[in-house]
Amino acid sequence: MTQNAIIEIEGVSKAFGAVTALNGVDATIREGEFFSLLGPSGCGKTTLLRLIAGFDEPTDGTVVIAGQSMAGIPANKRPTNMVFQSYAIFPHLSVADNVGYGLKRKQMSREEINRAVTDALAMVDLAGYGNRAAHELSGGQRQRVALARALVMKPKVVLLDEPLSALDKKLREQMQVELRQLQQQIGITFILVTHDQEEALIMSDRIAVLFEGEIAQLDTPEVLYRRPVSKRVASFIGVMNFLPATITAKAKGALAVDIPSLGKVSLAAGHAPEGLDPASVSTIGVRPEMLTILFDDAEKAECETTGEVTATSYCGDMTYYSVLLPKADEAVTISMRNTAGRSIVPAGTKVRVGWGVESVVLFD
Amino acid sequence: MILSRESRQGLTLISPPFLYAILMLAAPMVMVVTFSFWTQNYLDLDRTPTFANYREAWTGEIFRVLMLRSLMISFFVTTVTVLLAFPIAYFLSFHVKRQKALWLFLITIPFWTSYLLRIFLWKVILGYNGVLNSALMGLGLIDEPLDFILYNVPAVIITLAHAWAPFAILPIFVALERIDRSLLEAAEDLGDGPVRRFLRVTLPLAMPGVLASTLIVFIPTVGDFVTPRLVGGPDGVMIANLIQVYFSKANNAPLATALAVSSMLIVASISLVIFLIGRKIGGRTQ
Ligand SMILES: Nc1ncnc2c1ncn2[C@@H]1O[C@H](COP(=O)(O)OP(=O)(O)OP(=O)(O)O)[C@@H](O)[C@H]1O
Ligand SMILES: [Mg+2]
Repeated sequence: MTQNAIIEIEGVSKAFGAVTALNGVDATIREGEFFSLLGPSGCGKTTLLRLIAGFDEPTDGTVVIAGQSMAGIPANKRPTNMVFQSYAIFPHLSVADNVGYGLKRKQMSREEINRAVTDALAMVDLAGYGNRAAHELSGGQRQRVALARALVMKPKVVLLDEPLSALDKKLREQMQVELRQLQQQIGITFILVTHDQEEALIMSDRIAVLFEGEIAQLDTPEVLYRRPVSKRVASFIGVMNFLPATITAKAKGALAVDIPSLGKVSLAAGHAPEGLDPASVSTIGVRPEMLTILFDDAEKAECETTGEVTATSYCGDMTYYSVLLPKADEAVTISMRNTAGRSIVPAGTKVRVGWGVESVVLFD
Repeated sequence: MILSRESRQGLTLISPPFLYAILMLAAPMVMVVTFSFWTQNYLDLDRTPTFANYREAWTGEIFRVLMLRSLMISFFVTTVTVLLAFPIAYFLSFHVKRQKALWLFLITIPFWTSYLLRIFLWKVILGYNGVLNSALMGLGLIDEPLDFILYNVPAVIITLAHAWAPFAILPIFVALERIDRSLLEAAEDLGDGPVRRFLRVTLPLAMPGVLASTLIVFIPTVGDFVTPRLVGGPDGVMIANLIQVYFSKANNAPLATALAVSSMLIVASISLVIFLIGRKIGGRTQ
């Protein structure tokens, strides 16, 4: 992956009458990366994608694609192609004509078009489907046709608006992997809109989390998961346990944190998200898998506390324990892998809980 | 024969309308066709089957002339109506954002008065002392009333086109409404400007509606009888007027029915051709 910017979104706002769909969005999307726009329903993901595609114009700010400002440039003149949520397969055309639709305008001979269409169909595993009518396709196949139709145009950027949301779980998971592989293979920049955090984590190089028309955080999946900048981002992506805490002392490069339920620890200053005033820290977060129940007396952890199991839920490979820690109002969730020979402890059992300083995230 | 529960239910459901259809449609048709093979001998009917009526109809000059004129008028009416209806339906479907229902309602307003009244209104507008002539004279554009604007073929075309406009607008409107708007965005996304997009996506997908409009206007206007009678004058007489004359004044029902059956067959074949052509243009929509 190169680091060149392919799309620069600068201070983009969009209002529909009284509704502000986007508010001062800044983002740079790099060439060849798989970029996701993640957020709850109505946060403005589709709006941003449509601004990039050229179906709408921003109220404020600019979209620059490949170094060229897109202000006033209509969708048919932009180097982007879209995979629509409804796939938008032309019902009056065959699969091949759908895929070749955009090529008819280019200076290409019939043979060249046919070859390009055949190649594109092969790329999405639909070789030999060219003569099918649009209505003879399954949902997954329609999705592939829509993708082939965009890819065959060799755009600089492919835009995908929740392309997998209409598929069932199994097919969706399979397509996530395939789509990711395909993108890496051809190296075109993909921008994916999704409200499924798991999907975004699996597929993306980087993710922008949008809340109410603003980017809350833009990072790689790993940073997003391990170092969310706010409680809202933390609980939107995966599960996060929150516990009250206070900063008791601030030395050079280190913070002394008092977490009543876990104990007093010293954290590297880098643990506080950028821009967060250490004095305002009131909460810490820790992921369920970062807490361990120490079943064996011999087991040791970096830090330890005790708690009482209040509930368990068994999920095959994992068991989720609700554990009430000392001085806490609410139980935290601890996920434990079900290894051979370990039985599940019942509710009411007193357990030792281990945790590591590294896994603690600070919030205001 | 043992029927499944479902087919029994279906049969029960369609039986009443089916009976009604047989009574009201099939029975008269059978009568008309039967009559056309009989012969009228002054006051009584000779029921020996014969093709004589058809022979007379098809060899006679008058049937050919009036049939061709009817088809020509109807063809013009259909073309004008559909061509005018399309932009209206398009505007309604794509540019009216709110209160589409109100607009549709407005379009149906001409239907609140009877067909006959609307024809008389056109007489008032196009007549010798009519609105159009008075207006033109009032503006000083002409010195005396134009007498060629009523009682001829163009008057028939104008009147019929107006009368059938809503029938043409509605099917096209419905077809346009059914077009998924993301298809238009997809076409744009793939490089089409507004004109190409219209020709490659909107029009083919609206084709079923255009086709329905064409047939809805074409079929009944060929056989229209009131309009040519009232605004057509001697040059605007159509096939239905001839049939009517044979039924009443000439007292030759068998010949009249032979004419009716003949024109029906001609209209049916032309409709079939239009339908097939439209299907081809429309592609495999469904
Ligand atoms: N054409 C429009 N006219 C008016 N308001 C709109 C329009 N399009 C979007 N909005 C509003 O802008 C906001 C953002 O909409 P958008 O479609 O971008 O959300 P989204 O993040 O894609 O949500 P979802 O996950 O439900 O698709 C919403 O409040 C929506 O009501
Ligand atoms: Mg959306």
